[in-house]
Amino acid sequence: MNSETLNTLDSYSKNKYKYGFVTEIDEEKPKKGLNEDIIKFISLKKNEPEWMLKWRLKAFSKWKKMKEPKWANLNFPEIDYQNIYYYSAPKGFEKKPKDLSEVDPKLIETYNKLGIPLEEQKVLAGVAVDVVFDSVSVATTYKGELEKLGIIFCSIGEAIQKHPDLIKKYLGSVIPAGDHSFSALNSAVFTDGSFVYIPEGVKCPMELSTYFRINAENTGQFERTLIIADKGSYVSYLEGCTAPKRDDNQLHAANVELIALENAEIKYSTVQNWYPGDEDGKGGIYNFVTKRGLCAGKNSKISWTQVETGSAITWKYPSCILKGDNSIGEFYSVAITNNFQQADTGTKMTHIGKNTKSKIISKGISLGKSQNTYRGEVSFLRKADKARNYTQCDSLLVGNNCGAHTVPYIDSKNNTAVIEHEASTSKINEDQLYYCRQRGLSHEEAVSLIVNGFCKQVLQELPMEFAVEAQKLVSISLEGSVG
Amino acid sequence: MFLEIKDLSVKIENKNILKSLNLSINKGEVHAIMGPNGSGKSTLANVLAGKEDYEILNGEINFKDNDLFDLNIEERAQEGMFLAFQYPVEIPGVNITPFLHSAINSKRKRMNEEEIDNLSFAKLLKSKASDLDINIDMLKRSVNTGFSGGEKKRYEILQMSILNPDLAILDETDSGLDIDALKIVTDGVNKLKSKDNSFLIITHYQKLLDYIKPDYVHVMVDGSIVKSGGSEIASEIEKDGFQKFQ
Repeated sequence: MNSETLNTLDSYSKNKYKYGFVTEIDEEKPKKGLNEDIIKFISLKKNEPEWMLKWRLKAFSKWKKMKEPKWANLNFPEIDYQNIYYYSAPKGFEKKPKDLSEVDPKLIETYNKLGIPLEEQKVLAGVAVDVVFDSVSVATTYKGELEKLGIIFCSIGEAIQKHPDLIKKYLGSVIPAGDHSFSALNSAVFTDGSFVYIPEGVKCPMELSTYFRINAENTGQFERTLIIADKGSYVSYLEGCTAPKRDDNQLHAANVELIALENAEIKYSTVQNWYPGDEDGKGGIYNFVTKRGLCAGKNSKISWTQVETGSAITWKYPSCILKGDNSIGEFYSVAITNNFQQADTGTKMTHIGKNTKSKIISKGISLGKSQNTYRGEVSFLRKADKARNYTQCDSLLVGNNCGAHTVPYIDSKNNTAVIEHEASTSKINEDQLYYCRQRGLSHEEAVSLIVNGFCKQVLQELPMEFAVEAQKLVSISLEGSVG
Repeated sequence: MFLEIKDLSVKIENKNILKSLNLSINKGEVHAIMGPNGSGKSTLANVLAGKEDYEILNGEINFKDNDLFDLNIEERAQEGMFLAFQYPVEIPGVNITPFLHSAINSKRKRMNEEEIDNLSFAKLLKSKASDLDINIDMLKRSVNTGFSGGEKKRYEILQMSILNPDLAILDETDSGLDIDALKIVTDGVNKLKSKDNSFLIITHYQKLLDYIKPDYVHVMVDGSIVKSGGSEIASEIEKDGFQKFQ
């Protein structure tokens, strides 16, 4: 590695996180710590019915008996669950504001700074947004327009009150509270998140999007998202996330459940840009996320696309349970780690129905002293006749101090299953850089071009409105400077 | 003087490759350098382009009134230096259109010229490609990825004709080409040639020089130029090999 490359790498690692500011706003917080009282407090704040509180307390009693899963390739100090705030809301949010005129101008300004204007006329054309600030949903745009089609798009808190039947039927149906300790934790203390229901035969005409922001210090964010696509419906959903720069690590443990009924399709895209910590590995978000989709009906389809550039630790395996015959699961992922970031991410494809198909395309890029692991499990159950999986895992290393790891598990109980697996690891090549620069491109332009080329297969799966943004984000994560 | 190399000595990993090399090229001239394998021809090309693996022991290089050593790789390219590589590298996932479009605009920026827009660039690319018998499908692929040897060389010439350099260095561009491909490549060079640009053609064989007439031929042996003259030298080499120059 020559000196110029090392210099450029060095400049990458002086990561300037664009979204690291703090909003000074009066927040209401109960005491730190996790116990039944705090769960009752959350439930009360959310004005929840009795059954919901019981559901939470049951999850809490499970959590108390559980230990964190330890199989991931991640190193981090013990999480002190008693040293975290489990609820934080801007004051006066007992009732969600009816419209923007009731929202604190400081909050509106925060989202403008983040490039997410809340006034509908300024919002990206064709995208409806629900924004979550610490523990509460702040605003949901385009609600009226969606309601005309029978589409429900609101905060999960609102759904618990207004659509209890759907919540009782589906919440926890894909990710049981007792699945593992993070799902139990989330089930006990989740504060807000989004709820989507697309009625039978409706193709949702716009992208639905949730924007998550952690603001308060020492606060965990535990959001819960539930999306149900009824028979023959379609929805494309996107989430984005940022957090301020803090020296302490912050915990984020989300649960996302998707249910696609017969002939329905859900496309779920994530651009995750939580604060990754500084160049010495101080601070950053611990991102322990459980995302799981159930292809419940015949011919249903669930597609996960993720661009993971932030967080000090990423632990995330968006999965598909392919129960309906002919159902399809897809997972497209770009994970970029820099400095001391650690990512252990991948997917789980469980083939249950006949002729089910899954496709996994994973692109890991490691820079600095980071560690980047792909972990995937593809399993074929006994009745999954003629099921197929295609997996492609590519890793790109930039520099000499980072690591890339690929851990695929395959388990087949049906001998008609077809499994293809391809994997590659490469280093960014001096000859490629020399070639690009000889044509007049700067060193940074060349690296960005090569990395974007490497990720292209995944980036092109993102909704158009966000593909360009994601491309920029990729370049920024490499440059470590504001683009 | 357009390009002037004075008393240049270069080493790589404790091995002296170029030894007190002198060479001058004027605007509008075509120079050919011939020499046996290992004589330092490709090293010269890479030192001119700015590749960083070499240690310059002595000498100076002046290019268009710049001290070449003050410029890095991309600055040299933006000043109008182009190297057609002997082994063009594959860049998966990167399409030639944005690649060359960024390249041409970085050059225009340095020259304080207006950037070329998407549409005009796409037109330019298409017309130059058809001149070189490169079909449109090839333009949709990633740079050099999965190309045959001949395709790669034609692709280099395509990039050269788009970037329209002041000094083009062709490093063994003829190697691995059949006679048809050689004709296409040399046609491309002849079309581009003008009184305002210069060529430095590095080759092992005389064949190429049947198609591109050089003004000067230099024989390079063991890191220095041992003989310079007109195209008659190429014929001498064709007949007797490099033996008598060593």
